[in-house]
Amino acid sequence: MSGCLRLCTAASCRSRGALALLETSTLPVKEVGCLGPCSEGPLAVMDGTLLSLQQAASEPLEPSLAAALARSRAISSEDSFLKLQRRLVLARCGVVDPGCINDALAQGAYQQLQAVLAADNPSAVIETVRRSGLRGRGGAGYPTGLKWATVAAMPGEHKVVVCNADEGDPGAFMDRTLMEGDPHTLLEGMAIAAFAVGAQQGYIYVRAEYPLAIERLRTAIAAAEVRGWLGKGIRGSRFNVAIELRVGAGAYVCGEETALIHSIEGRRGVPRPRPPYPAEHGVFGLPTLINNVETFGNIPALLRLGVEAYGAGTKVFSLTGHVRRSGVLEVPMGTPLRTIVETMGGGAPPGRSIKAVQTGGPSGGCVPASALDTPVDYDSLKALGTIMGSGGMVVLDDTTNMVDLAAFFIAFSREESCGKCIPCRSGTVQLEMLLRKLLERRGSAADLSQLESLCHTVADASLCGLGQSAPKPVLSTLRHFRSDYLELLRPAEVGR
Amino acid sequence: MSVCTLQINERDVAVPTGTTLLEAARQASIPIPTLCFLEGLSAVAACRLCLVEVRGADGREEPRLLAACVTTAAEGMRVQTHTPRLQDIRRTVIELLFTEGNHVCAICVANGHCELQNLAVEVGMDHSRLPYRFPERHVDLSHAQFGLDHNRCILCTRCVRVCDEVEGAHVWDVGWRGEHCQIISGLGEPWGAVEACTHCGKCVDVCPTGALFHKADTSEEKHSHPERLQALVHARSHQEWSP
Repeated sequence: MSGCLRLCTAASCRSRGALALLETSTLPVKEVGCLGPCSEGPLAVMDGTLLSLQQAASEPLEPSLAAALARSRAISSEDSFLKLQRRLVLARCGVVDPGCINDALAQGAYQQLQAVLAADNPSAVIETVRRSGLRGRGGAGYPTGLKWATVAAMPGEHKVVVCNADEGDPGAFMDRTLMEGDPHTLLEGMAIAAFAVGAQQGYIYVRAEYPLAIERLRTAIAAAEVRGWLGKGIRGSRFNVAIELRVGAGAYVCGEETALIHSIEGRRGVPRPRPPYPAEHGVFGLPTLINNVETFGNIPALLRLGVEAYGAGTKVFSLTGHVRRSGVLEVPMGTPLRTIVETMGGGAPPGRSIKAVQTGGPSGGCVPASALDTPVDYDSLKALGTIMGSGGMVVLDDTTNMVDLAAFFIAFSREESCGKCIPCRSGTVQLEMLLRKLLERRGSAADLSQLESLCHTVADASLCGLGQSAPKPVLSTLRHFRSDYLELLRPAEVGR
Repeated sequence: MSVCTLQINERDVAVPTGTTLLEAARQASIPIPTLCFLEGLSAVAACRLCLVEVRGADGREEPRLLAACVTTAAEGMRVQTHTPRLQDIRRTVIELLFTEGNHVCAICVANGHCELQNLAVEVGMDHSRLPYRFPERHVDLSHAQFGLDHNRCILCTRCVRVCDEVEGAHVWDVGWRGEHCQIISGLGEPWGAVEACTHCGKCVDVCPTGALFHKADTSEEKHSHPERLQALVHARSHQEWSP
């Protein structure tokens, strides 16, 4: 297939006209998922070379794919955006046709599930996951092996595996990339998890805002059932697992696991206090394992490589914001932020400099430019007052007012609060009012201290993770960019 | 029956295993403020007033803030119920409640018998440090006997739970989300149009404020009757029907 042309038709390149190019093609073209540097899209691969089919805005639109290819610009495989990646989760993304199970099978899909079923030793799988040190990629970083072992140890014949694909952080699109580009890796990871913990039922809870991911997952699940990789008596074993899609209805809070469970059950998506944890009392009261898309996506690669070769693993990031090259990249865990943002992403646009990098969305915080040498791992980012999060990485240049940014995230949390507990429902409203007051230069030093104090109350007193972390963007910008706040105080207040 | 021993405000307390921290504290005559909690209904831990500081749970030494209504007492726990941090959270929560609705005590049916008002006194909220929001809310007077004034509703969901769990009618639910949340009857219909309503008045009995009221009541005349619910729940669970 080396002579074959691969064209990315995932969401980003689609929005840049990839489908129009596909329609005009007279050549055989293989549709694939994300190829990485989305800002250069539409992207294609010809004879192993990554090509940007992008045209300057001033140029007339290329009438055909052939013409676009003739004027395309090659992106060298030595380019740091490509070279510094370690693609484990996304190994087949951009390579396989996500709509074709034969293609996925030819490139090794479901081989780890086959091996796991042949070995017939669920606890060995859990032990491998535990030894690898894999932590949840959804943001909180809970040890995956421990979670699996807990669910496996629960009594009862019926258990459930849930994939949290409700990726809702502004600036995060890593999970969408995997679901659109290589859905079979996710299904394989989920099936292996179900086998390991003894579950027969799986749900993928995917947000409705991802129509292409939903379509490709539907196709993939149906194909896997036909080919006997999902369903009853998988590959002649006694193992059964059915995977169903559940499509969200637009509530960000449904990414919180207890709200997600309620939503799967057909109830109002509001969180409840834990314990009981989902491992004990989850979907329809059954022991439930909930992992995020990328966590499941790691499983086939981990089992294929083994714990030693897998090493510290990788993290997929969606790099966006004030950066020259944005897109999806997968880097070894512990890569310095500077490498990702400056070397791979090319740094700030011409004439500007980087002010901060926001990670973890509305639950996260900012890393100031002075701390860009921080390695990206769970504990280093936590020490800086932010979180790894699910992988959204928004670069902010020196034109950004950090108070404005904090107000954006608080407005987001206010809009997405479910309304169950008072600190989040009413506290986020008051926090946004205080931030707007400051932004309108009507604020006093007393308002600033009230802002800080209310942040702590909302963080301490809220019921679920959404409310508890909602003030983080404010606290983080107050910590690293207090001067942005002080500049907004009424003139008479400065220096008091 | 096994027993566990814990400390609440430096006092040793022994309670049966499975007791919540709230029950344990009340047994020891240590009052913890609550609003959404009501004995006889399921606990939802939504109002956050009953947060307490817990040390020594699961071997953790750093204090954790946990809702007493849903946290089970465990051996060796050390609980603080009234630290300055907790007092400040409680006052802020009450302020947030007052500022998000339109609570005008002087003209309210529940004035003098209102749990929200009593809590404001208890936590020392003589004024709000946060601005009042004066939302536009409406009043549903479509029911023959009862009224619902959304201006006074604090979304504690006691009415939702009592109607669902005790009366079995499930007339009430929460509609919308976040600051736009409101209690809805039926599928967002006027209360009087909901055929499922049995007119039992349990929702009015358990409402902590003047949001749900008898139409015959005027200012200061509404008295809540949670004890009626508790007597009914006790009778059902113990099969003791004689008064």
